[in-house]
Amino acid sequence: MHVPQVLKIKRIVEETPTVKTFYFPWEFKDEITGQFTTSAKFPTPGQFLMVWNFQDEKPMSISSIDPVNGEIGLSVKMVGPFTQSLHKLQENDQLGLRGPYGRGFVIAGSRVLAVGGGIGMAPVAGFTEEACSRGIEVDTITAATTQSEILFAERLEKAGSRVFPTTDDGSHGFCGFATELAEKLIKEGKYDMVVACGPEIMMKKLSLITQENQIPAQFSLERYMKCALGICGQCCVDDVGWRICVEGPVFWGDQLSLISEFGKYHRDASGIKNQF
Amino acid sequence: MLETEICQMKMRNPTVLAAGVLGSTSSSLNWVARSGAGAVVTKSFAVEPNKGYPNPTTVEVEGGIINAIGLSNPGVEVFKGELEKLEGNVPQIASVYGSTPEDFSMVASQVENLVDALELNVSCPHAMEGCGASIGQDPDLTRSIVKTVKSSVDTPVIAKLTPNVTDIVEIAQAAEQGGADALTLINSLGPGMRIDLETAHPILSNRFGGMSGPAIKPIALRCVYQVHQNVKIPIMGVGGITNYRDVVEFLYAGASCVQIGTAVMYHGLEVFREISTGLEKFMKEKNYQTVEEMVGLAHQQ
Ligand SMILES: Cc1cc2nc3c(=O)[nH]c(=O)nc-3n(C[C@H](O)[C@H](O)[C@H](O)COP(=O)(O)OP(=O)(O)OC[C@H]3O[C@@H](n4cnc5c(N)ncnc54)[C@H](O)[C@@H]3O)c2cc1C
Ligand SMILES: Cc1cc2nc3c(=O)[nH]c(=O)nc-3n(C[C@H](O)[C@H](O)[C@H](O)COP(=O)(O)O)c2cc1C
Ligand code: FES
Repeated sequence: MHVPQVLKIKRIVEETPTVKTFYFPWEFKDEITGQFTTSAKFPTPGQFLMVWNFQDEKPMSISSIDPVNGEIGLSVKMVGPFTQSLHKLQENDQLGLRGPYGRGFVIAGSRVLAVGGGIGMAPVAGFTEEACSRGIEVDTITAATTQSEILFAERLEKAGSRVFPTTDDGSHGFCGFATELAEKLIKEGKYDMVVACGPEIMMKKLSLITQENQIPAQFSLERYMKCALGICGQCCVDDVGWRICVEGPVFWGDQLSLISEFGKYHRDASGIKNQF
Repeated sequence: MLETEICQMKMRNPTVLAAGVLGSTSSSLNWVARSGAGAVVTKSFAVEPNKGYPNPTTVEVEGGIINAIGLSNPGVEVFKGELEKLEGNVPQIASVYGSTPEDFSMVASQVENLVDALELNVSCPHAMEGCGASIGQDPDLTRSIVKTVKSSVDTPVIAKLTPNVTDIVEIAQAAEQGGADALTLINSLGPGMRIDLETAHPILSNRFGGMSGPAIKPIALRCVYQVHQNVKIPIMGVGGITNYRDVVEFLYAGASCVQIGTAVMYHGLEVFREISTGLEKFMKEKNYQTVEEMVGLAHQQ
């Protein structure tokens, strides 16, 4: 049922100066009996939750999915009022969660390149861990502006991925944009698939690179969301009209080529277009 | 067999997308049309852009949802651009709102050439002071808004009414006297609310919101039945319709066609095609040749 379930934060990990991961038990109350159950459908990588801080409610990707310990993690970058309020929270504080929503990544292939830019690493990390656990070879590019903002490098190495950090300022790893390194790796390596999440400009470039190299690719998109139930229409994209909260947030490259606004603009709460 | 007509609009089937569900852009309206709807209504828009209420704006309840989106829209100037991009393969209805008769007619006259009909939203249960239901609860104001809009446009005018009144017949007759070409019954019910058990917080940021979905169907059906007996203009029935059986009930009660909103959440955009297919099968079994034959049959019993 699409009602926020108020849960206590189990623990908080400070990933970088601007990103924290909040861990929650994956348990929801049965609507009828009021009992907690953990059997409610476990999220898959790339799906998201609506997070309620009792003032506002916004979408957040699930960055860590651990069915063994019945636990999920949300990684939040501090960018504005809502995310600032989350960053003030302590262990045992409460948040309301509903979901999981949307279509996540299809996990397939035997060699995959995963590319995350900034907080776009959140769904990518969930994907990399799950794919590695299924024996898929995953190379992960974790891109950030500077060394201190690199996300999840150790965690994903531990999961068995080859991790390639890149920084815009060259303070760590590859110096330059994630797309430059991705192009290099794609030309050298034999990948069956690419998955990506990050700034839309980055994904736009990457979609062209994967097209040129004829590699199937999946991209996770973001749009302003209100209901996440597929009825308010806020997250619909031109010209196909698809709802990011239901048909997305993850799309294959060929679907993306039908989304004419991709890489160009998105809409705010009133529906007015903002250019990227 | 499913073809029908309302306000000179020829529809391939009697299912219409309800206002405010998806219809904020031409892209989503075109997609709904391609998915099988007989006609589409836009999200309600006004003179100025409006961000609506902060989230949470929707929450599920037993038998539906409550929403307090708060009529978010980019304003008529931007919305005109969307209307220009409608593919036009099915009739298109623009839903407009405002707080005065002048607001309504200003928006209506700016878009009348881009659509097949105008639906006046005088019935949103959670709009700001002076808009929405506070108008639709006042027969004089409803009459004067319909009248003012009618005198400023040539396009058919449909008044969408709120069920949150003591006597819906009185309001329906006021709209008819104002010159409305048709009525849409009903807008969401309430307002209602939902409170979190752990923290005692009301869940919607606006605290209250309009109730929609299967739980409101009996009330919508009663409104259609009651109004059908007392007005001459046609009615679009709306409220909790999720399958063809619901549609049949609304036709029997006196609706000429139906609008579908919340069911899109349960069944996706396929709902329009599923309902049409079911309705056609039902009509064959019962030997109905046209949709019109079924309209108002419950009143003969
Ligand atoms: C599917 C999806 C998954 C996301 N996953 C994550 C994640 O894992 N980690 C993370 O830190 N952020 C994620 N976001 C972004 C996040 O929802 C908001 O951008 C963030 O909460 C900003 O809010 P703010 O109030 O702090 O900043 P603000 O200054 O209010 O907003 C900054 C920008 O965020 C976007 N935004 C604001 N409100 C919303 C909203 N209701 N829906 C969508 N976008 C909005 C707008 O583009 C806005 O310009 C995700 C967004 C989507 C759509
Ligand atoms: C998310 C949402 C937004 C809505 N927005 C509008 C609106 O902008 N204008 C309007 O006249 N009705 C609006 N409505 C009301 C619907 O058009 C419809 O009258 C109501 O939901 C009952 O029908 P249903 O049960 O099929 O959803 C909205 C309903 C929902 C669920
Ligand atoms: S957020 Fe409402 S339809 Fe996607």
